Formats: sequence, C-alpha cells, structure tokens
Amino acid sequence: MLKGQSALVTGGSRGIGKAIAVELAKQGVNVAVNYSGNREKAEEVANSCRKYDVEAFTWKADISKEEEVKTMLKEVTSAFGGLDILVNNAGITRDNLMMRMKEDDWDDVMNINLKGVFFCSKAAARTMSKQRSGKIINIASVVGLTGNPGQANYTAAKAGVIGLTKTMAKEFASRNIQVNAVAPGFIATDMTEQMSEEARDAVLSQIPASHLGKPDDVAHAVTFLASSSAGYITGQTINVDGGMVM
Amino acid sequence: MADVEERVKGIVVERLGVEETEVTREARFKEDLGADSLDVVELVMELEDEFDLEISDEDAEKIVTVADVVDYIQAQQ
Ligand SMILES: NC(=O)c1ccc[n+]([C@@H]2O[C@H](COP(=O)([O-])OP(=O)(O)OC[C@H]3O[C@@H](n4cnc5c(N)ncnc54)[C@H](OP(=O)(O)O)[C@@H]3O)[C@@H](O)[C@H]2O)c1
Repeated sequence: MLKGQSALVTGGSRGIGKAIAVELAKQGVNVAVNYSGNREKAEEVANSCRKYDVEAFTWKADISKEEEVKTMLKEVTSAFGGLDILVNNAGITRDNLMMRMKEDDWDDVMNINLKGVFFCSKAAARTMSKQRSGKIINIASVVGLTGNPGQANYTAAKAGVIGLTKTMAKEFASRNIQVNAVAPGFIATDMTEQMSEEARDAVLSQIPASHLGKPDDVAHAVTFLASSSAGYITGQTINVDGGMVM
Repeated sequence: MADVEERVKGIVVERLGVEETEVTREARFKEDLGADSLDVVELVMELEDEFDLEISDEDAEKIVTVADVVDYIQAQQ
C-alpha cells in the first residue's frame, strides 16, 4: 500500500528511528535516513533498507538548525521527486531533578525535541501542501502526557510535540496532510539502556504487559499511520506502551 | 511588464484552480477568487520561489488583488 512512496526519518541511525526506517523500506518506501553524528550507523541502516529493493540514502543534519533542515528537505525532496512521509523521531534526554537542571539541559532538549519538529514539519509541509497529500508522524512519549520526575525538560518538550501535532493537523487538514503522534512507553534502546537497574524495575512494575517494548512495536504503529488506511485519522496520539498509560 | 503579469496570473490559475478569465488585475484573492488564508500563504511562497525574492509578512498582509502582487513584484525588480 505504501510501495513507491518516499519518507524522511529524523534520527534514523539508531533505536526507534532505525526500526521505523527499515519497516518503511520493508513496505516498499524509499527512505532518507537523517542522523546527527553517527554516520556509520546511519549507513548501516540505509544498507538494511536497500535489501528491500528501495532507494535509501543518509543525510547529516542537526534538526535544531533551520538552515540545515531546509537544505536537507530540499535535497530529499529533489532526490525522491516529492515527499510523502515525514517521521519526526530524533530526540535526546538530559535528565535531572528540576532544582538541579541547568539552563543548557533545558535548551538542548527543547531545541532538538520540540523546535526540531517545528523546523522539519514546516519545511516538509511546503512540499506536501503543493502535492495535496502527506503524512507527518511525530514520536512523542507517554511521559509527555503523565509527567515524570527528573524529566522537566523532556516532558515539556514532548507535551509540546503533542500540542503541535494537533495544531498542524488542523492547519494542514484542508491540504490532505494527516498529522499524528505516537507516544512510546519504555522501549529498549540506547536511551533506556542508560537507566539504572533500580529505575528499570520501578518502570517495569508500572507496565501491565510487564516487559519493555521493542523499537518494532513503535515502527508498526508508524507504518499504519503512514498508510492510506489511516487517511481519516489526524491530530491523534497513539500510545505504544504495553498499557502503561490509559 | 506584461511578462510579470502573465507569470503571476499563470501561478494564480494553477494554485487556486480558477479560470484564466477570472484573474483580472482587479480580482481580489479572497473575495473574488475564493482563496482562504492558507491559499494566500502558499501563493506568496510560490511567488517568492518564482521571482526569487522575499515578501515580508507585513507586505504580504497588504496583498488584496492581483494588481497588488504584480505591482509589488515590479517594484522589487
Ligand atoms: N526509548 C524509549 O523508551 C522512548 C520512549 C518514549 C519516546 N522515545 C522517543 O523516541 C525517539 C527515538 O528514541 P530512541 O530511544 O530511539 O533514541 P536513541 O537510540 O538515543 O537515538 C536517537 C536518534 O536521534 C538522533 N539525533 C539526536 N540528536 C539529533 C539532532 N540534533 N539532529 C538529528 N538527529 C539527532 C541520533 O542520531 P546519531 O545516531 O547521529 O546520534 C539517533 O539517531 C525520541 O524522540 C525519543 O524521545 C523513546
């Protein structure tokens, strides 16, 4: 159903973004894999995508820099002759208790996790609105809905992403662009690897499914939202969290 | 002169899906040509690309008719 379409996945070099890029390729989508520093990992992901007989290439850009984002979108759009799917996945954490959190930690997370989504979506919307079709899928987080001690910056940014998702859904609906968010719970990636065993156990006790999710679990929700089956769904946030937040 | 007008009219016809005969110099984008505010934003962006110029939000707000656009572009060139 997605065969022959084109996608840009930000932060596609590792973790959830990698799973999304490969899953889209599996569905026949040509994929641009964005990364910020990990060129080798990104190339590996592009190679894995090509196994499914699609076009794939990598593009280095810091999504918190508007000029870099504009150039990336221009290159990706001209390489694919358009852009059907944008997945705003790139994100970082800089955790600390609120009273100990530094301004830089706040700014870094806001700039990448929230402003980056704004820049990428703004640039992509230009192409998509001309095409009169497109899908924007933002990777938020369930903690953006619930709050989480130690993540003031991250939860604020992710709640911001959910609000931005709704506004874009309204602004772009008349152009046949659907905008949705996927909110993962705890997914086993480099990001969650950093957690202490104690914190991990505490988290597990909150998950009815009593195990961490896999990047593929998120990727499947993304491919559904990217497909025409989801054409009448917009402005929504789907939790992929083993029942953690209901 | 006529060239700018032709090109502007071409873009308006394509963007708004209106008949060429409707796109007179006096035609107002919103009232006469059925554009909504998003259409106007898209039109401005396309004109920026086509004529390689930047139209500030302030100037864009003053655009009401086809003639406004043509005159603006001619003044910029
Ligand atoms: N893992 C979870 O449990 C979980 C839960 C909820 C939400 N999420 C969200 O899911 C998304 C992916 O998380 P993950 O766990 O897969 O993270 P990850 O394994 O740490 O990977 C992060 C990705 O983002 C890229 N990136 C970082 N800063 C960037 C920048 N400034 N510009 C462009 N790319 C940048 C990285 O590129 P490089 O490889 O080049 O560094 C990498 O590809 C994030 O938005 C995260 O908030 C994750």
